[in-house]
Amino acid sequence: MTALLEIEEYRLAFDSFDGSAAVLDGIDLTIEAGSTLGIVGESGCGKSVLARSLLGLNPSPPARVASGQIRFEGRDLLTLRPAAMRALRGRRIAMIFQDPASYLNPVLSIATQMEDAIRGQDAAAGGAVRARRAARAHAHSLLGSVGLPDPARLLASYPHQLSGGMRQRVLIAMALAGDPTLLVADEPTTALDVTVQAQVLALIAELVRDRGLTLMLISHDLGVIAAACARIVVMYAGTVVEDAPTRALLEHPLHPYAQGLIAAVPDLDRPEITPRGIPGSIPSLLSPPSGCRFHPRCDRATARCAAEKPLLRELLPGRRVACHHATP
Amino acid sequence: MDRGLTLYLARRIGLAGLMLFGLICLTFVISNVAPSDPAALAAGPDAGRSQIEQARREYGLDKPLPEQFLRYVGDLAQGEFGRSIATGRSVGTDLLRYLPATLELCILAMLIGVLVGVPLGVLSAVLKDGPIDHVTRIFAVSGIAMPPFWFGLLLQLAFATGLGWLPTSGRLSVMTLPPDPITGLMLVDAVLRGQWDVFREGLSYIILPAIVLSFPCLASILRVNRGEMVETLRADYITAARAHGVTPWRMICVHALRNAMLPTLAIIGLRWGWMMSSTVLVETVFDWPGIGLYAVSSAIAGDFKPVMGVTLIVGLNFMIASLIVDLLYGVLDPRLREG
Repeated sequence: MTALLEIEEYRLAFDSFDGSAAVLDGIDLTIEAGSTLGIVGESGCGKSVLARSLLGLNPSPPARVASGQIRFEGRDLLTLRPAAMRALRGRRIAMIFQDPASYLNPVLSIATQMEDAIRGQDAAAGGAVRARRAARAHAHSLLGSVGLPDPARLLASYPHQLSGGMRQRVLIAMALAGDPTLLVADEPTTALDVTVQAQVLALIAELVRDRGLTLMLISHDLGVIAAACARIVVMYAGTVVEDAPTRALLEHPLHPYAQGLIAAVPDLDRPEITPRGIPGSIPSLLSPPSGCRFHPRCDRATARCAAEKPLLRELLPGRRVACHHATP
Repeated sequence: MDRGLTLYLARRIGLAGLMLFGLICLTFVISNVAPSDPAALAAGPDAGRSQIEQARREYGLDKPLPEQFLRYVGDLAQGEFGRSIATGRSVGTDLLRYLPATLELCILAMLIGVLVGVPLGVLSAVLKDGPIDHVTRIFAVSGIAMPPFWFGLLLQLAFATGLGWLPTSGRLSVMTLPPDPITGLMLVDAVLRGQWDVFREGLSYIILPAIVLSFPCLASILRVNRGEMVETLRADYITAARAHGVTPWRMICVHALRNAMLPTLAIIGLRWGWMMSSTVLVETVFDWPGIGLYAVSSAIAGDFKPVMGVTLIVGLNFMIASLIVDLLYGVLDPRLREG
């Protein structure tokens, strides 16, 4: 398989009056074409910021790229000109978001929002811009393809008239408008009811399979990621701490933080085991801990952990971990 | 029209009716506490005590207050505002004569305010903290801070007296015959009648007072619109629109502006109401023959029926403006259409 997306030593800082926060501190990861990758971590670990970096959506200022490369199909996304970036949005890389209620424009009809996206992508590609009518026909078929009944009525409605699950389907349909290669899903089920969550996850899995999409799924919920992704990257405070195939990670996590995450998930089959939390809380990125960013919360931390940042190293074939003490 | 919208409208109109009643009570009270005796005024400066008493009976001013109030309301219902002592005409006739001039001035000022204020607000928000943003900020602060009569005098000094490009005051030169009225708005009438020379001359007279009147309005529209645009451009749905490939132009002018226009609209409505009342100062400085000048000259003469009439018109205008704003809210925001 060939790599579709390669992120190398990517550092992103957010500048503010209080100083510069190293929100992403040397991210390294690769997504193979046609594969599914999940990114898991606590809120604030930088996973959404990472996702937005792919489409140049982080507002700058305050965001500032400190170093690194994000190569997509061989081109560095971080140095793309705005027009070239616009040509990618929706057509090569598409994104779905967390809370469909706030990511749909409240005062525009679904038809207007979808038509504008379709026609905007046409314009950015430099070809002929479809007429509104043709764009609407495309929107109609997209809504049908994500399992929404009565697309014509849906197109005429406004976001507040739809249920949460319907809104998320509309956003997914919008993301498919440009027939993208890479689908980035940022917490797509977090704001939904559990039953609707399952439906939306099943829909995403189906689209990935049928359309041959490459998926980057971001969630704080290990269960969601495990259900949809073949590979998992665990992030902590702006760093990648472990990168492993899903099954291997769930059965035998190597990094103490990944071990903590898995121990924190309640097991429905074995309710007698109380899930354990990880002591402490996520550090301030304005003054992150020295060395390993996880060391203040880690029960295996030694003097070396506070002094030296552990490198992400291949400990087992296909498994990388950033910990001084990890053993196969 | 769906049921929700009808209900929404009915509620708004009902509220407006209540406000109108309050306004009528207020003007009545003002006329009664004003430190002048309308009977003495009506009878004339040389009238004796018995003549004044006769005038008092004639105007019904000797009746108890509740009865006077009922009569006042009854007269208003028939479009009767009373008689102006200074002009000798009924106040209703005078208002019909002076109102179009004020309306023309206010409409032009509001057009300037919206057509300059909204785009500048959008531009300042998009180029936030850039040079344009700083310039418009200074511009807006001075617009709100500068007293209109002083700004008017300055403009007169510069463009009329100094450069001689524009006339100082009035609505048209005394040598020019105004076009036969169709709408009462002179510029519109001149266009409708094809009298382009009159139109150009009228424009040279109206432009300075219109700029003075529009300045504070433009300034607040600009600031509110900028603030709302800055907020809206940070919204999640704008991030999503960018991610989906909506063109920047369409994203700013439709996706963001449509949301930012809701609070801006409220300011436009308020400003339209204020404009009708602040036109008093501008009309006095520029000798503009509108209801403001009419109210001022009547008040100086102690003639209170016209002042009451103008107050009522200004208040009514305020109410109509907020009603229209509420309606436009419903058009812009689909969430309000369902009650």
